[in-house]
Amino acid sequence: MPSYADVEVGTALPEQSFPVQRLNLVMYCGASGDFNIIHWNERIATAVGLPNVIAHGMFTMAEAGRVVTDWAGDPGAVLEYGVRFSKPVPVPDDDKGAMLTVSGRVEDKLDGNRVVVGLTATIEGGTQVLSGARAVVRLP
Amino acid sequence: MPLNREFIGREYPVKETFEVGREHIRQFADAIGDRNPIYRDPEAARAAGHPDVIAPPTFLTVLGFRFGMDSPVVDPTLGLNYALVVHGEQRFELHRPVRAGDVLSTVTKVADIRDAGRNELMTMVSEVTAADGERVATTTSTLVSRGTAEPKEA
Repeated sequence: MPSYADVEVGTALPEQSFPVQRLNLVMYCGASGDFNIIHWNERIATAVGLPNVIAHGMFTMAEAGRVVTDWAGDPGAVLEYGVRFSKPVPVPDDDKGAMLTVSGRVEDKLDGNRVVVGLTATIEGGTQVLSGARAVVRLP
Repeated sequence: MPLNREFIGREYPVKETFEVGREHIRQFADAIGDRNPIYRDPEAARAAGHPDVIAPPTFLTVLGFRFGMDSPVVDPTLGLNYALVVHGEQRFELHRPVRAGDVLSTVTKVADIRDAGRNELMTMVSEVTAADGERVATTTSTLVSRGTAEPKEA
């Protein structure tokens, strides 16, 4: 786990890429209880004007959060986490699916050993799918 | 049809409790592909200072679906058409980590309904508490109701 004394404003968190396939969305439906049909049925998703089946926003938020929890080590260090969902993540029914790439950097140091981490999440083509994504983390 | 603004300020306590189980946390961690042992192994969790395995920071999203029937969004007098809804924003303030064995209940308040261009934004704030009354988390969700704002004079 990084220590508060060791990080500076601008410290980068290790970037990670997360493949997103239909199976991941089906598993997330079951685990979260969110069975909205646009997350698993391409026929309906495209009929309501979406480019394809799209990932749950909360799935994308969870994956982006892994960049913070993997960095912190103890996920219990996350005190606050918030995002805006700016663009959907279409997940085609092929062997690749989508690829979500998430980077983070320390934006601020607060009292009480807390730091603010800003996250950037993009899909192929560079589209940002989250905006204002920030976590407050307490470091040792 | 614009949303019924009389809902602003209303509170919706849930009628049941939600017991957080180790296997559900494991299932959620599997679904997001996260192998962190603090979600899976009570020993690893205790070594990190937690009484039992803890849940990922976004786990509380499951409460919204488990308690969907107690939510303002399903009240027909609100006028929300779910086909027009997308999730706009989500925020979790974790006063302490959610952990296996927690018996949670929530009170959800309609904090705001407002226009944003042609859309409406509905913000709900839920206070999540444990069985002994300890505050566990505050979650804030903003739904976007697409195209339902009252048309404005040009």
